[in-house]
Amino acid sequence: MRHDMVLALARPEFRAMKLPVPRAAMTALASLAIFAVLLLIAGKDPLRAYHDTLIYVFGNTYGFSELLVRMTPVLLTAVAVALPARIGLINVGGEGQLYMGGWLATAGALSFPGWPAWLLLPLMTLLGFAGGAIWALLPGVLRAARLVNETISTLLLNYVAPLIVSYFIFGPWRSTESASYPESPAFVDAARLPSFGGTRVHLGLLFGLVSLALYSFVIRRTRWGLEMRAIGGNAEASARLGIPVSRYILATMAVAGGIAGIAGMAEVSAIQGRLVSGLSPGYGFTGFLVAWLAGNSALGIVVMAFLFAVVSSVGDILQITQDVPYSVVNLLMAVILFIVLSQNR
Amino acid sequence: MSTSFAAAVLTNSVLSGTSLLYATLGELVGERAGIVNLGLEGIMLIGASAGFAAAAVTDDPYLGVLAAGIAGTAANLLFGYVVIVRRANQLAAGLTLMFFGLGASALIGRPFVGAIVPGLPGLGMSVLGIESLGEFDLLVWLAAPVAVLLWCLIFRTSWGLGLRATGEDPTVAFASGRSPEVLRFQALALGGFLGAIGGAHLSLALALTWDEGMTAGRGFIAIALVIFARWNPLWAVPAALVFGGAEALQLQLQARGTAVSPFLMTMIPYLLTLLILVFWGWNRRSAAPASLGRSFYGVE
Repeated sequence: MRHDMVLALARPEFRAMKLPVPRAAMTALASLAIFAVLLLIAGKDPLRAYHDTLIYVFGNTYGFSELLVRMTPVLLTAVAVALPARIGLINVGGEGQLYMGGWLATAGALSFPGWPAWLLLPLMTLLGFAGGAIWALLPGVLRAARLVNETISTLLLNYVAPLIVSYFIFGPWRSTESASYPESPAFVDAARLPSFGGTRVHLGLLFGLVSLALYSFVIRRTRWGLEMRAIGGNAEASARLGIPVSRYILATMAVAGGIAGIAGMAEVSAIQGRLVSGLSPGYGFTGFLVAWLAGNSALGIVVMAFLFAVVSSVGDILQITQDVPYSVVNLLMAVILFIVLSQNR
Repeated sequence: MSTSFAAAVLTNSVLSGTSLLYATLGELVGERAGIVNLGLEGIMLIGASAGFAAAAVTDDPYLGVLAAGIAGTAANLLFGYVVIVRRANQLAAGLTLMFFGLGASALIGRPFVGAIVPGLPGLGMSVLGIESLGEFDLLVWLAAPVAVLLWCLIFRTSWGLGLRATGEDPTVAFASGRSPEVLRFQALALGGFLGAIGGAHLSLALALTWDEGMTAGRGFIAIALVIFARWNPLWAVPAALVFGGAEALQLQLQARGTAVSPFLMTMIPYLLTLLILVFWGWNRRSAAPASLGRSFYGVE
């Protein structure tokens, strides 16, 4: 009886945004056209940028592998958004959670440089998870206690986490080798996540795909998932049915933050090899938009994260060849999103 | 703790608070009409970059402020189209607007990195009668009067009544012969103008440079200040002053070579915002417009 009621409350499993292929193609073309016009106004050459991007990304395996590198952290930060979204929470703090994960993982790498990789890497992954989890738990507690809305608290904490990282790399962890550029000392080899076949594609990609699979499994196939969807459907009624809503809020936020934290761990361990201040060019925010566009569906997140990797390569190319700041790519993302948002009725 | 320290902190509180106050008022007028705009950060960035660019080109800081206001209005109207006409989710559209502002401001500001602009000139008497502190510019003098004007507009005019009705229950506004859509567009236009002026004050009076992402989350702090101010423009004045004060205090302490790391000091405004929301936010939730965040689908 109770089970039936929980079932009745539960929101449908995945509500992927219905965007048929021709329409999606039209959206992409329209966005690229609008962005091209904006670039033309700024006196840049959009067609050359698009052409260069295509050559770079699909012209050889290395360029293509960089897409996978770029989408890896986004997969993880998107799960960090999708999971809390199932119970109606809006986690916009992936960026800060990523930084805290990278920070705590670095603490592990610097504290135990003598450990073998098979011990050190799992420890760093755990620490990365813990760093992100703590950072998301704080908004979770405030929300569960009905004190502060999690949207605004996660947003604010995004600005605090990079300051903690900066404090450490300018202070206690400052490398003596590089006097001019503040960064932590380089990690020992045992603290570096392995990469594949001469590219920068690393084990973090597997973390991302496994997280997505687990997320999908938990939501679809377990009692937890059912109860979470019930809370997402109607939190008050779920509480009346005896579902521990507060505990779900805390657990969901902690796990979500932890997953974003693993993205930070993977970035410092595999890509940077040390803690740096510009750890992420907004992967946390991108993850939010990717999860949102994908309607929180696991498969949708993979597709959207890949598309965003392509979009961000346009930014890379523009920066390298035409002296346009990388962040201009946000304009292209925004145009795409505005068009999609406008269609979703 | 000399008097000059206190005076410097006080002056800088007003200077930092000015930018926050304009931004807070900009968000507030939109929220009164029932629209949460998480893109305020983007609007401020557009204002800061467009204002700086226009001042550099025309050599006139006032034209810079005007250009900022127009650019902010235009961007907010784009947001308005998406959330009012297309009825998109306001939170997602707001974050998209933040991205839009991030990218657009980087593009606008790029040619003017390192440019020298005429800053907003000081007007009237020197602050607190101390010559070394300089003079407040026009935007500082106008900030509090604008808040009072906005209060009058919201609480003492027929337009304001319609605006508040739209924020509480659009069907009531509709039934009284007003158009909730038009009112929301008007509120967003005004809000975009004010928010962008807040950004322009940063680049044209405080920093006198353009730097990517220079607003550093002030847009989000301003959104929190709206809650703190209980959606009342008059309360926004002390709210902005308190936060301007937090920023001024940490800057002055840094300037005087305090032993505490500047990175830890820079956290203070964000943590203070969170702390105040903890003590203030939820209790006063009832002050929020009832239809905040909801689209208007018309009436049968």
